[in-house]
Amino acid sequence: MNVLAVGTGGFIGAILRYSVGRVISTPSGFPFGTLVINLLGCLFLAWFFTITAKRLNINANLKLAIGTGFTGAFTTFSTFSVETLNLLRSNQILIALVYVLVSILGGITLALLGAKLASINVQGERQPKGETK
Amino acid sequence: MLFVGIGGIFGAITRFLLGKWITRKTPGFLPFGTWFINLSGSFILGLLAVLHLGKVIPDWTWLLCGTGFLGAYTTFSTFGYETIQMMQNKEIKKALFYVSSSVVLGVFFAWIGGYIGDSL
Repeated sequence: MNVLAVGTGGFIGAILRYSVGRVISTPSGFPFGTLVINLLGCLFLAWFFTITAKRLNINANLKLAIGTGFTGAFTTFSTFSVETLNLLRSNQILIALVYVLVSILGGITLALLGAKLASINVQGERQPKGETK
Repeated sequence: MLFVGIGGIFGAITRFLLGKWITRKTPGFLPFGTWFINLSGSFILGLLAVLHLGKVIPDWTWLLCGTGFLGAYTTFSTFGYETIQMMQNKEIKKALFYVSSSVVLGVFFAWIGGYIGDSL
């Protein structure tokens, strides 16, 4: 059942990555598709794992399907490596450096933001309800 | 598109099972599961990319094994999440080592894979 949940998420995640990658074209040769996919995935996964650990009680298999299966398969490290290598090979050293730095620093920043967003919700819920507008 | 999805099923499952196995077998000071998975995936994708470019393997094999399986097998989001967990635990040096070794070795292994693919 665990495996089935991860596989189902993986099916949807991989297809979504493929589709988003095709929509976001790269006229300049800069791998925008993978960048956007990986950054979005970092934001979502950190938010999702934090909120499910702290507040939201969801089914363990659903958590595996969405977190490990879907988001894990949506984002990709191997394409990131090969794209960086291709930029280096075509002597676009600066672009390769920018790609790596934006992916890494952006991914970490967005993951921190995702975890923070999930924590803010927890505090907000504990506070008594204020005036209604 | 179905090729990508089917590859994605097996890629995600392999990552899940292999990741759990590696985590059990290795000391916990680094997320060796994701680390190994991302590096091995970069190596094989580097190899397949060259074979696909040289038309040694057809498009459907590339979509199934490259985009689908290896894309889903490796993961950037878990990598990011593990990194911020180290940062939240104030293990900055460890996080720095994890990130830099993943990136540098990932590109290096993709290059080795491509090199092997070129000489096939």
